[in-house]
Amino acid sequence: MAGIRFQSIRKVFGKTVAADSVSLEIRDGEFMVLLGPSGCGKTTLLRCLAGLEHVDGGRVFIGDRDVTDRAPRDRRIAMVFQSYAVFPHLTVFDNIAFGLKMQGRPRDEIKRRVEESARLLELTDFLKRYPAQLSGGQRQRVAVARAIVMQAAVLLMDEPLSNLDALLRLQMRAELKRLHQEIKATTIYVTHDQVEALSLGDRIAVMQSGRIVQCDVPMNIYDYPANKFVGGFIGTPPMNFLPGVVHANGDGPTVVVGESHLAPAPAFAHALSAKNGEPILLGIRPENLTLAPNQQANTIRARVRVVEPLGSHKLLTMQVGTEISKVSVAPDQRVAPNEDVWLHFDPEKIRWMDAATGEAISATVE
Amino acid sequence: MPSTLSRRYILGRVSLYGGAILLALWTLAPLYLIALAAFSTRQATFQWPKPFLPTDFSIDTMQFFVNSRGVLDSVRNSIIVALLTIAGSLVLGAPGGYALARFRFRGKEGISLGLLISKMFPTAILSIPLAVTFLQLDLYDSLWGVALVHIAMALPFVIIVTAGIFVGVPRDLEEVAQTLGCNRLQAFLRVVLPLALPGLAAAAIFTFVISWNEVFAATILTLRNRTLPAQVLSGLNDSPLYYRYAGGFFMIVPALIFIFLIRRYLLNLWGNIVR
Amino acid sequence: MRVKSETILPYSLLVPTLIFVILLIVVPIGQAFLLAFQAPDSSFTFAHFQKMANDTSFGDALRFTFLLLIFIVPMQVVLAIIMALLIHTRFKGHTLFLYIYAIPLAISDLAAGIAWLSIFTERGYLNSILNQLGIFDKPFLFLSYQNLPAMFGTIVVAESWRATAIVMTILLAGLQVIPRDYFEAADVFGATTLKRTLFVVLPLLRPSLQNALIIRTIFAFQTFAVVFALAGRVIPVLAGESYNWYVANRNPNIAAAYAVLVLIFTVAATWFYLHFFQTSAAEAGYD
Repeated sequence: MAGIRFQSIRKVFGKTVAADSVSLEIRDGEFMVLLGPSGCGKTTLLRCLAGLEHVDGGRVFIGDRDVTDRAPRDRRIAMVFQSYAVFPHLTVFDNIAFGLKMQGRPRDEIKRRVEESARLLELTDFLKRYPAQLSGGQRQRVAVARAIVMQAAVLLMDEPLSNLDALLRLQMRAELKRLHQEIKATTIYVTHDQVEALSLGDRIAVMQSGRIVQCDVPMNIYDYPANKFVGGFIGTPPMNFLPGVVHANGDGPTVVVGESHLAPAPAFAHALSAKNGEPILLGIRPENLTLAPNQQANTIRARVRVVEPLGSHKLLTMQVGTEISKVSVAPDQRVAPNEDVWLHFDPEKIRWMDAATGEAISATVE
Repeated sequence: MPSTLSRRYILGRVSLYGGAILLALWTLAPLYLIALAAFSTRQATFQWPKPFLPTDFSIDTMQFFVNSRGVLDSVRNSIIVALLTIAGSLVLGAPGGYALARFRFRGKEGISLGLLISKMFPTAILSIPLAVTFLQLDLYDSLWGVALVHIAMALPFVIIVTAGIFVGVPRDLEEVAQTLGCNRLQAFLRVVLPLALPGLAAAAIFTFVISWNEVFAATILTLRNRTLPAQVLSGLNDSPLYYRYAGGFFMIVPALIFIFLIRRYLLNLWGNIVR
Repeated sequence: MRVKSETILPYSLLVPTLIFVILLIVVPIGQAFLLAFQAPDSSFTFAHFQKMANDTSFGDALRFTFLLLIFIVPMQVVLAIIMALLIHTRFKGHTLFLYIYAIPLAISDLAAGIAWLSIFTERGYLNSILNQLGIFDKPFLFLSYQNLPAMFGTIVVAESWRATAIVMTILLAGLQVIPRDYFEAADVFGATTLKRTLFVVLPLLRPSLQNALIIRTIFAFQTFAVVFALAGRVIPVLAGESYNWYVANRNPNIAAAYAVLVLIFTVAATWFYLHFFQTSAAEAGYD
């Protein structure tokens, strides 16, 4: 078992900077998710850790060993590829046994360990089959079994679920979580699927254009996105953003959005006062907006455009001034398209952001 | 309306199969006839008009050909040269094909272009100066000399064909093998090679065909150690017709077998060759 | 250390090949030019070319080589297009027909020449069938210097028969790259088979056609064994003259001069096709 440390990793492909001085520490036994849109550098970072790419700068540590210049086989890692990369010319047994055979383990140990991990992934009945005789989901299990049988210090997974259909993906997601609870290997999991990231990660590192923009536990990532990008990337539907202008007077600051004045939570009073007269961005999640029967404090006039009943809730598309916001309400909420309503903003749930940079404004703790 | 449609459909099918069969006959007829000629008696060569059915089947002509002076030796020589060509061009070319398939490196486009150009060179421009050089190097009239020229002719094809084969083996498989304890060479031997083997075998057969059929260089570079085509060609004008028929048929037989063996790879081998 | 070995690896894999290519392709070509342009005292000379051009067979060889090219290449292309389109319809049993059509791929021009010799020779199969059909009562001499056009025709037939297969496989490989949508789109717009072939398939096949033409033209300049088998030296061709000057006359200089001439034609023809067709990457968008 070992922790992992990326130290100012830099990787360039031609003119594209895939990793721009990335530093990240992963604790022993932690499940770390690297999350970001395609091309953000998350897979590159994983491949640098696996030794499949050579870093152009920085160091990689596994445990306290500097593995930067080591070959993949000397890093005590195991990896699951997006394509599964199951060897088509070997049976399931030989696929899982491949790494152990390379280590020259005794035959009975190989047999025992292969059967054990096959049991863990419910592959016992398929050990004699060839990959061509398996379904996509089964092949995916073979890839996972082949990695965990190595009992490596570090388990790397590169979008392992993205080639499965939706139902199977849901099932395997829970399987992987259970597996991690059982084997407790330090795991790095790359995905572009924010739901996967939230459900699996002990922590999530959100990446954008070769940098880590936020690294935190899932609920903090969700509730307190570090910037507009994170808020907009995570959540279905993502966070709503509305532009406003700060007005500071003797009673503390208010933010003018459209024709309404919103009072920020006290923790932000100080930070926002300093921005008197400046534009600002208000971020709020759809479930933190409610419909109010009449004008109250912290309400804004809005018009319902679309109503989508989704079973567990209703999703409303609202026009707020010239902006569009998504609002999630209880399924029994009575609301009709083109109705004018009052939207209530919970001040505690608003994320204020710099209008120019999109960076979140931090609360001041007094 | 449905009846006219189906009539049109039937008409289409008939002309499709009719055309296909006609073209097949055009391809097969000479093969059948040369076989017929090769398996008749020697006297039958001068018979006229000739029968179109194997009414006087005989191995007399073939026997005569095989027992003619130099023929068996030339067959043996042809096989040796072809095997040397396979070995040489695969040992030299397959690593190059692998490099082109797997790596991005400076000068790659230049090398690809060079390969493309080197396929263009006429055999004559290679064989004539090499014949002169081989005379000086004591490689003249040696099977090694012929094999060297055949390797030079086959090499660009082999590199391009093997590159195509290696591209077909996903890189992920090699990488996962590396994470499972292989070094590069082991990953190649244990994963890439077994998967590439059918394609490489097809490439080997393709190379065999190139060498087995090559006549210009083989004739120019040898005097006594003829390959089969060189043997047949050098005696072409003063050998009897039945000898030529038997020789022609003899040269065609491996072609039939090899094309059958690599039928799945036909398009990959010959079809994409110019790219 | 590792970084370095990774950058070097592709080059070290290619080095043996490059050395071999230099020794057995680049150097010989240089030598061929030396042989063709060097006088015994190592000075530059056109003497070998002059001697070549003054040889009685030279004009004929030049003429016949180009005549063969003009007759053989179009015939092959038309036949090959028909074969490739037939196979591409994937009718039941098309794999068998593909195998049959492809057989000549592996047959040498010498063997092909001999196979057709058994047909065209005086007492051969063609005369036999013509006799049985009552067209001639005496054999027609296809392969006689008295019937030069007929003799030339037999070479065209034999060489077309052999090399059509190569053109077909190149075209078929090209056809398979064309997405089926193109064909279906044409169907939706109500194109007939003929229109579809002319206006949809052939333009899309242009890159493959170009490739096929280049490779066939290159080989047509090298035609020689098939000519020897059917016509002996009655019909001289460039490659055959090169062979004769070396083997019969023991004159490597003039043999090399012919070889250089063939190379020049080859390069010129390739350039011509590349220039003439000018398939842009955008046009071959599916490629």
